[in-house]
Amino acid sequence: MANDAPGRPNSLFRNLNAKIASIPMIFTALVVFVGGTVWTVVYSFTNSRLLPRLQFVGLDQYERLWSTPRWLASIENLMIYGVLSLIFSLTIGFVLAALLDQKIRFESVFRTIILYPFALSFIVTGLVWQWLLNPDFGVQHLVRSAGWESFTFNPLYDQSIVIYGILIAALWQGTGLVMCLMLAGLRGIDEDIWKAARVDGIPMWKTYLFIVIPMMRPVFVTTLVIIASGIVRVYDLVVAQTSGGPGHASEVPAKYVYDYMFSAQNLGQGFAASTMMLVTVMIVVVPWAYLEFGGRNKRG
Amino acid sequence: MADVRTAVAGQADPVVVGAREPYGPRPRPVLSRRNIIVYGTLTIVALYYLMPLYVMIVTSLKGMPEIRFGNVFAPPVEITFEPWVKAWATACTGLNCDGLSRGFWNSVRITIPSVIISILIASVNGYALANWRFKGANIFFTILIVGAFIPYQVMIYPIVIILREMGVYGTLTGLVIVHTIFGMPINTLLFRNYFASVPEELFKAARVDGAGFWAIYFRIMLPMSLPIFVVSMIIQVTGIWNDFLFGVVYTRPETYPMTVQLNNIVNSVQGVKEYNVNMAATLLTGLVPLVIYFISGKLFVRGIAAGAVKG
Repeated sequence: MANDAPGRPNSLFRNLNAKIASIPMIFTALVVFVGGTVWTVVYSFTNSRLLPRLQFVGLDQYERLWSTPRWLASIENLMIYGVLSLIFSLTIGFVLAALLDQKIRFESVFRTIILYPFALSFIVTGLVWQWLLNPDFGVQHLVRSAGWESFTFNPLYDQSIVIYGILIAALWQGTGLVMCLMLAGLRGIDEDIWKAARVDGIPMWKTYLFIVIPMMRPVFVTTLVIIASGIVRVYDLVVAQTSGGPGHASEVPAKYVYDYMFSAQNLGQGFAASTMMLVTVMIVVVPWAYLEFGGRNKRG
Repeated sequence: MADVRTAVAGQADPVVVGAREPYGPRPRPVLSRRNIIVYGTLTIVALYYLMPLYVMIVTSLKGMPEIRFGNVFAPPVEITFEPWVKAWATACTGLNCDGLSRGFWNSVRITIPSVIISILIASVNGYALANWRFKGANIFFTILIVGAFIPYQVMIYPIVIILREMGVYGTLTGLVIVHTIFGMPINTLLFRNYFASVPEELFKAARVDGAGFWAIYFRIMLPMSLPIFVVSMIIQVTGIWNDFLFGVVYTRPETYPMTVQLNNIVNSVQGVKEYNVNMAATLLTGLVPLVIYFISGKLFVRGIAAGAVKG
């Protein structure tokens, strides 16, 4: 392999083709990812409105952000949606993976069916569930016409539970992915572990709970990071399913950012809100990256 | 592990018979409690997952009167394809009424160049990272991977400025560039890991024979790595086809991709809601990724697993 020889006058030109070929990557990494992020963070301290302007106003945008009811509602929704979707998708995903891992017949049929919603876009997902949860025609109507007249399940038009309606759709779309990741993790467990547990007479659920799941820690962590970064980004689903309504009851941070940047022409607010999203993601990703890369060095 | 269990269920294996069962009575060949629980649960779950697709299909084949008086799960009494025709050709979004076809062709025009360009760039990146590592290459790669976790909202506006400076803001070219940028982390990772697994002797032999960067890429690496190109293509086609955010930010109404147009058709406030047309439109939009999914099968799973297994 061509190694750079530091100090040689032509070191810049060594491996030149590889460097030229990597220009798009270097551009993306430095200009878009680093540059863009720094730019947004810097401009979140300005009072930019229709156009970005470098007129610093300190933390004003953030103070306004955290006193805007709509932002607070977005954060609350994100918390509820995030925690519940983590819990449910990990639990359901794991249980389904464990069921599929029983050397059953038609495994690939079941897997294909459970994973297919993941191929669909959030827009399609949102619109289907908007239709299914439609109070006049969907599930509620169905149960009522079956005789239970007082049955009420109307999440999309009820401010207090609308976020659960979105959660149902998101789980339908995303659990298949978790299941697949978990299944890959389960397949990586040594058969001998199971044999040993059987010989010791440990019941299966205990083997899962106390042996297999702890062994799958890396899989769980990776899955968690993937789901979590997806949760923070949730946008299309809400736009399609509820457009943030009724009122502002199903607003999420990503939608707040978009609306303030491109509709309300209040760039400063948009930048501040997106910076808060960045902070949220970093709280999840940085410890993970640290553990992951630190761990690898130790393992050699 | 399951071998052991099936062995018990099947013939009496003298060694395992003594061991205690995981749960429940000793399994009998077919209708054991374990089988009922496993297959029963999976079947119910599978039906639940299929239900929205089924409802979409039956709704799109009904006429509006039937929808108003029936329930969503009932199969159509009178099958009509009119909603499909209307969704494709005459459904209205704001000013124009030429249906989803416009969005479909826009999406095609966006997806094809985006997929080709992003895969070419990502594969060359991965190749350079795996075989021609230069000083600092890993720093850029790390930034790229960490950058994949940055919420898009943080980078949206700076990219608007970059595209505007380049004079491509609002055009399909601009959107292709955006898709290339955001497809880069995962695909570069995918190709880097794949090329790193190619035996180094092969690479060295080619070097000894005097092949350079591009010669090795085009004549050795590319022909060898068809499966990974397919996996990458699946990721990109479904990802780009399903994109909504970039479409809505970086294009104009006349170049809106299908997802954006679909949302505009279904969630438009004017007019009477035609649920059958809406569902036909939704199905039409979901059709491309669904077909890819059902055709590609295992490769799709490999693609999403690639996103999870880090190099």
